[in-house]
This record gives sequence, structure tokens and C-alpha cells, in this order.
Amino acid sequence: MQQRGALRFALTRLLSAIPTLFLIIVLAFMMMHAAPGGPFDEERAMPPETAANIERAYHLDEPLPQQFMRYFGALLQGDLGPSYRYPGYSVAELISAAMLLSLQLGALAMLCALIVGIAVGVLAALRRNTPIDRLLTGLAMMGISIPIFVIAPIFVLVFAVNLGWLPASWSGSDSGSRYLLPVIALALPQIAYVARLTRGSMIEIMSSDFVRTARAQGLGTFTIVRLHALRPAMLPLLSYLGPAVAAVLTGSVVVEQIFGIPGLGQLFVRGALNRDYTLVLGIVIFYATLVIVFNLIVDILYGFLDPRIRNR
Amino acid sequence: MCGGPRRQRGDAVSCPVSGNTVSDPGRMSFRNTANIMRTAAVALLLVLVAACGQPTEDDSRALNRAIGPEPETLDPQLARTTQSHTVLRDMFDGLLTYSPDGTLIEGAAQRWAVSDDGLSYSFWLRPDGRWSNGEAVVAEDFVYSFRRLVDPKTAAFYAETLINVRNAADIIAGDKPIETLGVEATERLQLTIHLQQPTAYFPALLAQAATYPVNETSITALGEAFARPGNLVSNGAYKLDRWDLGLVIELGRNEHYWNNAGTAIDDVRYHVTPVPSAELFRYRAGELDITSTVPTEAFSQVRAERPEELRVSTFLSTYYYGFNLNYEPLGDSPKLRQALSMAVDREALTEKVTGRGEQPAYSWVPPGVDHYEARQLSYADMSAADRQATAKRLYAEAGYSESKPLHIELRYNTSETHQRIALAVQSMWRDVLGFEATLINEEFRVLVANMRAMEITQIFRSSWSGDYNDAYAFLSIFESDSPSNMFGYRSEEYDSLLQRAATQIDPERRQLYLEEAERVLLADHPLMPLYYYVSKHLVRPDIRGWQDNVLDYHYSQHLSFDRTR
Repeated sequence: MQQRGALRFALTRLLSAIPTLFLIIVLAFMMMHAAPGGPFDEERAMPPETAANIERAYHLDEPLPQQFMRYFGALLQGDLGPSYRYPGYSVAELISAAMLLSLQLGALAMLCALIVGIAVGVLAALRRNTPIDRLLTGLAMMGISIPIFVIAPIFVLVFAVNLGWLPASWSGSDSGSRYLLPVIALALPQIAYVARLTRGSMIEIMSSDFVRTARAQGLGTFTIVRLHALRPAMLPLLSYLGPAVAAVLTGSVVVEQIFGIPGLGQLFVRGALNRDYTLVLGIVIFYATLVIVFNLIVDILYGFLDPRIRNR
Repeated sequence: MCGGPRRQRGDAVSCPVSGNTVSDPGRMSFRNTANIMRTAAVALLLVLVAACGQPTEDDSRALNRAIGPEPETLDPQLARTTQSHTVLRDMFDGLLTYSPDGTLIEGAAQRWAVSDDGLSYSFWLRPDGRWSNGEAVVAEDFVYSFRRLVDPKTAAFYAETLINVRNAADIIAGDKPIETLGVEATERLQLTIHLQQPTAYFPALLAQAATYPVNETSITALGEAFARPGNLVSNGAYKLDRWDLGLVIELGRNEHYWNNAGTAIDDVRYHVTPVPSAELFRYRAGELDITSTVPTEAFSQVRAERPEELRVSTFLSTYYYGFNLNYEPLGDSPKLRQALSMAVDREALTEKVTGRGEQPAYSWVPPGVDHYEARQLSYADMSAADRQATAKRLYAEAGYSESKPLHIELRYNTSETHQRIALAVQSMWRDVLGFEATLINEEFRVLVANMRAMEITQIFRSSWSGDYNDAYAFLSIFESDSPSNMFGYRSEEYDSLLQRAATQIDPERRQLYLEEAERVLLADHPLMPLYYYVSKHLVRPDIRGWQDNVLDYHYSQHLSFDRTR
């Protein structure tokens, strides 16, 4: 019974996402075309005849509603269209090449962030108001407030340029050592967020009635945390994780640019700057789908972590 | 942490998990989550450990060049950016090409001749010219490629390159079939091109990517995919081996190239480096042999640390502020435009603001253009004090004063350098003329769209580079009907001088017309040139054959490694 309920829940949520997705596509399409300048505008202007030929080839001479219908019709058949900037490459190809990399790096970074962040958060909560707690909270604050574009170049300068231990860029090495710096750079701010969220909710849980009862029964702190406190303490973290995972998986422009990683983030920014309409729309659709799916997963996980939600 | 044994990710699953005595089925999900987390943690560590210590392949013979932002295509007729053109130059031979010092020389053609009336060009192709698939390069290949360039269906950005070839304009406009293009294969290896009007710079166009030959058989068979790695057939020193999107383009030696024996380096890698500061890191970490630029903020440090590796050279490009003459306060008052231009201390700009070896500009056509002596702004030789005094007088004569200051907007595209320059110019105007210009930064394509529309722009920042080494490449954009004329500049005198220069066969008289046209232009002040760009590269000391040139073209086939170092 319960499983069928969960299935129905998931299906309803997925179906209700369709209008949202459609609205996002329409809005993104309109905003892209409303931005001044087109994909073929350079400082060097083309003669009108050449410009007309290019517009015709890319159907940019058609009225906007017709362009949208053409795009949407192809989209329904799973075709994201050709890139305007990279002739000969389809948007699907560009996205899937970049996506694999962003997914790998994002997943590793998120994993790092969860493991380290939760451990740090729990430790800080258990040692509340001690020097350890202050040190860890201070570090977490730094992780949140120092931007990646400051940390990442320092990493490169120290570990790649000065010490020569690691490659300075993605293509600087074929080995997996090239994962190290970008993953850490991506994970750092997430570690900080995860640690702060965990610490906060952990402190709250540890002072709740059922923990006191557990203590009264003679259970050790470690057992209490592992068996009773950690799970409810994860709830606030979980709602943060949905969008955060989607964001990390779709890549970070800054990290990608500094380490020369051809991921989704820089593809998206470059697409927007180049007015590569189809590419930007493709990534928006991909990103929106990811956010919707992860929010759904989070909602389902909620049920597993908190029986009160599941039984409601 | 490196050097651990390589293990499969799956190994981690079998890792022993510490005993958990809780048997309440309701806790199963959490236990599983915990197990998964633990497993994942181990897997993560393994991946990171396994990642280290793999041997990198031996790339001692590969040349690692930085390219800047990613090239958009390696289809010669569709390529639009300098990045694409740079890679294409290594892979294709045009009819003509450039020597290391930037002199136009024979490429796929071994000799050529032009008729006395300047209207027909004949090219004799090299009998040993070969495509990378081994086929001979013949005159028909060029006929096919030139037709492809002007074909409206190709939708080529640079279709206008051949605009002076007979019937090209009509073909681009869709009024004539492509077969009518004035290009014919008179013999298997002989090509004749008929022009509509004499075009002094025409040979230089035949060394540009847009006019490179493409292989008809492969395009017919593969369509759009012909320009991909594994498919692309080229006729130059290198062929396309691999293209990892966003990362690197790898070229390998074309064994069939007519001058294969003269090519020293086997493999060339063009690394995508959109961020100049990251590019510099990579150079300093030893990952790059040649950089595409040197970031402004690091320039003085690099000059101090690596003076022998820094190559700074004049480059055919002018940085300027344009005036939109459709905006009445500017259009109606040549005196105001001159005052604005004279109040700017260009020496201070290049020494204190840009500081990378740029030269102050007092002409529109930059120095280094062949067969041309650029005209100078009338106040080029004045002292700074005289210039400022004259600027003040002209500003007052134009009807402005401290009590009635000029209100004007200066637009530039978002960039730190442009912003610093704009701030400096704003303060020079404030000091000398006493008005406060409004600075507006816009994203590049927004600015371009506004410049094109000529409706809201007043003063705008832009730059212009010559596609070929000829003054006409610069002067032509000020013709009344030029699509790149974003100044609203219309001068019958200027148009007629350029028209006369365009059809002039005698090089000396042509030069006189062009120089006179520039004099007219500068006197009218539709723009204020600020400085001439320089090209900036870091080149490893063991690279031989690098020569600075005004085009900033550096073919890999001319380079080699000095093994003695």
C-alpha cells in the first residue's frame, strides 16, 4: 500500500512538473530573443545580403511565434536543435559532452561535502561552545564567505605552479590527479553549508526529550548520535540538498574557467554571451529537469527519514 | 597520497562494514543510507587515489599552444573568429600564404600572374599538392570552394571576401546561380579568377581561411560532419586528429603535404584558454609552450621575470572611441569632437593605464601597413599644454562652458581594461574641459547592437583590426554605405577618394588617394583613435622560428624545438 502511495505521489509530482517546464521554456525562449544582439553580431558588420542569407539558413527571419513552434515541435521529438555558434554540432552533443564531466565532478564534490560537512557539523554540535566548535564554525564561515574565484587560483598557484604536485588545468594531465583541485574547490563552500546546517539541527536534536530519554537509558553519545539523532538532524539539510545537488551537478562557471574544465557551467555562460539560442535553451531545460527531479527525490527521502511525514 | 594500487570502484562495495546490532526493521532505510554513505566515502577515496600516479603520455614532441576561447568550427568557409582562423592556418594552404615574417608568398599555387588591367588573376598550382587523404589538389577544388563560399545556402559570414569577383555580389544576393562565379579551372592545375573591378589587396584575400580549399568528395559524402576529427580532409601541413570540445584540438602531421620535409614538429595541440590569468598559470606550470596573450594585471611582473620569453609586437589594430554623428550635439559640431579628442592625453593612457607596450594613436590606419604612410591628426606633434589650450578654446567655441557643461554618454563593453580607460578619459575631460561624462558599460553584444542601430549611442568604444595588410581594410568602414559604418559618417569627398583608390591599378596613385582619404577622415573627427594594439605572447625559449609580425600569424610549420637547450 505504502509503495503504491509513494509511486502515485512521484507520478503526480512529475506530471505537475510538465506545465512548469513548459513555462520555463517559453520564458527562456522569449528572454533569449529579447536580449539585444544576435548570434551573428560581431564588431565587423556583414553586408545586408550576407546577413539575410545567414538569417534564412537559421530561420531567424521568421516571426518569433513561428520560430518557437519550430523549436518546440523539434523538442517534442527529442531534438534540441543545432548550435548557432558551433556549426556542425548539435546542442544535444554539446550538452552531453559537458554534462558527463560536470556530473562526475559535481557528484564527487557533493560526496566530499556530505561526508566532511556532516562529520564537522556533528563534532561542532557535540563540542558546543568549546574552542573546537569555534574553530570549526570559524572555518565554515570562511568557506562560505571566501569566494571560489579567490580560493581556486591560490590552489593552482600553490599546488601546480609553485610545488608542481598537481596539474594547473584539466588538460594538463591525463591522470585522475586533475580531479583533486576542482573537486576540493567545488566542495569547500558546500562543506561549509552542510556543516553549519548539521551543527544547528544537531544542537537542537541533542537537547530534545527523546535524546534525554536515551541518555537516561545509559546509551553513549556516539550511539545516540548514530542511532537516534543523526537521522532527524538530516531533515533541514535535505531540503538544502535538492537544489544544491542540481546546482553542483550542472557545474560551476568559476571553477570550470579557472581549471579549464569544459563543463556545463562555462558552456551555459558562453552560450548566453554568444546568443546561442538553442544551446542556452537546451541547458535551461536540462537544468530545470534536474532541479525538478532532485526536489522530488528529496521529498521522497523526507518520507524515509521522518515517519511523521510519511504517515501523513 | 599518490601511488596506491589501482582498484575498481566496485571493490569498495565489499569493504567490511562495522557491525550494527540494531535489528528494528524500521531502521533499515537509515542503515542502508549509512552503508551507502560509507561505501561512497571509500569509493571517493579510491577514485582519488587511483587517479594519481598514472604515467602521462610522452608529449616531448608536441607543441602546446594556447588559443584563447574555443574556435567555433574548422569549416574554412564558416569560420568567423581569429581562433578558428589560427587553427585553420596550420591545416590548410590557400592559393597564397604568409612567410614567418608576414610576407605574402605562394601557398597551394607555385606561381601566379595578374593581367595588366588588374582584372584577371591566374594561378598555377603545385603539381605535388596533396590532400591529407592523398588525393591531388587541383584547380577544380578551388572552383568548388569559392562557389561554396558565396553560395547563399552556405550562409558564410565571410562571403563578402570574394565580393569583387565577377558575379559574386549577385550570387550572394541570390540573383544568379553559383556556376556564374568568375572562377574557372582553365587546366587541371591552372585557375583563373575574373574580377569585376581591380582590387589591389585581392592576393591577400587568397591567404585567408574563407578562401581555403575544401574537399568536395568528403563534403558530398559527409555533409556537415565533414569538418569533424577523423573526417576533415585538409591540404596544409597538419591534419585534424582530435577535438575534445572545450579542451583541446590536436593536429598531426599531414604526411602528404608538399612541404612535409620542411615541417619540424609532428603534433600540435591547441588548448582552449578562455581566461588569460588561468592561461598564464598553465604556462608557468609548464603545460603550454606559447600563450595567446598576457593578462594586463600580470604584465609588468611577467616582463620582469621572463623578458626573453615575452614577445610584444605591433599589430594591425586600432583602439578608438567613435562618435555617433546622428546624435546632434556631436554631429553638428566638429569643433566639439575635436576638443574631446584633443583633451585626451594618449601618452598617459598607454603608459599608465594600458601599459603593455601599446602605442598612442594619432591616425586611424595603424603603422606597419604595407605601401602606406598614415596621415596624422593635425595636433599629433603639439605639446600637451598647447593641445589642452586648443581643446578648451574649441570647447568654448562649440558653445559649452563651466556653467553650461556638456552632457554626454560614453558606452563601452564590460571589461576591466575598457573600464580603466573610460575612467581615465572621463577624468581627462573633467580636468581639461570641466564636464562629467556618463559612463555606461554594456555586455558586448548589447553594445554592438546599439552601435549598429545608431539610435542611443553617443560616444562608444570599439576597435578595428585589418583582415589583410592594406589601408583599405581600415578606411573602407567609413564609406557612407559600409555596414560597419556605425558613426553615421557621410562624406562625398571621402567616398569619391576611396572609390578612385578602389579602381586604381597604379599602386603609387592608389596610395595617394588612400592617404588623402585618411586626411579628410581625421579632419572630420568621426572618431578619436586612442592607441594601436600590440600582440602579446609568451614563447618558450627553446622554440625556434618565431618571428613577430603585424598580422600576428605564427604557423606551426615554421616552428621547431631547439634540442640543445
